[in-house]
Amino acid sequence: MTRPDIKQILSRIPYASFIGVEHVIIEDELTMILRYKESNIGNPFLPALHGGVIGGFMEMTAIAGLMYSGRYTKIPKPIGLNIGYLRPGKPVDSFAKASIVRQGSRVANVRVETWQDDIDKPIATLMGNYLTANSET
Amino acid sequence: MSDNIMERMWALAPAFVEGVPQGRALGIKFVAVDRGRATFSLPYNPAVIGDPATRVIHGGAITTLLDQVSGLAVVSATVTEENIKNMAGVATLDLSIDYMRPAKPGETVIATAHCYKTTHHIAFVRAIAHDGDEDDPIAMSQATFMISQTSAKPKKAGS
Repeated sequence: MTRPDIKQILSRIPYASFIGVEHVIIEDELTMILRYKESNIGNPFLPALHGGVIGGFMEMTAIAGLMYSGRYTKIPKPIGLNIGYLRPGKPVDSFAKASIVRQGSRVANVRVETWQDDIDKPIATLMGNYLTANSET
Repeated sequence: MSDNIMERMWALAPAFVEGVPQGRALGIKFVAVDRGRATFSLPYNPAVIGDPATRVIHGGAITTLLDQVSGLAVVSATVTEENIKNMAGVATLDLSIDYMRPAKPGETVIATAHCYKTTHHIAFVRAIAHDGDEDDPIAMSQATFMISQTSAKPKKAGS
């Protein structure tokens, strides 16, 4: 299987650099990184990352995870997703991994988990269905 | 009394977006607030494009808009004379979003939220994002929020 160039894909998506998304591949496994940026803060008093940014980061991770499978040329579109917030997002770097639960011919179900300094203490999870059909929108 | 509170909420609400770094970065604008209801707008911003082939903005920008407008609906549902000066943030517990169609490139997205139920600790909110016609939504969300101590309804009403 040919792995697509995730760096090249991310560089074409303005939202990825808007919130500061990077990636790392270790032993063929893709991990996404959300660099801490002051502009990602949603609660300046705590301070804590914006829940929407954590959601957006996980949506980015789901898309990158699907693209990394090498099965798609077009960016998958979200259909429905559910985000669970488990802990406040501290003003530090965050990490996320996507696992593809099911890849159908048109729809893929993806699960994402995000953590910060402890992989065993996730700060948020996402379950989403994505339209992956390559032929039409 | 309640009208007076909403007038004060109206004055404080723009800071609820503009005082938030991510709200400012996205360019979210305050439109309206009423008891348990809030409306924001998000002018088209090429910096948050999610698909370069279509120039449609990323779902994450819609997620942030829906989360933020739902949060204000919760605050406006729970605000009292006692806690208005010390409005702590509300925390999202769960956010479900259905994407009906892509946002149109170049168009402003409008999001309206309704907090239809609160308990001592939890608030339930529905929101809709569209670009002018509510009957042709871009996305709809259902969320639950944790109401923090300071913005929760006091156990005993004052007096």
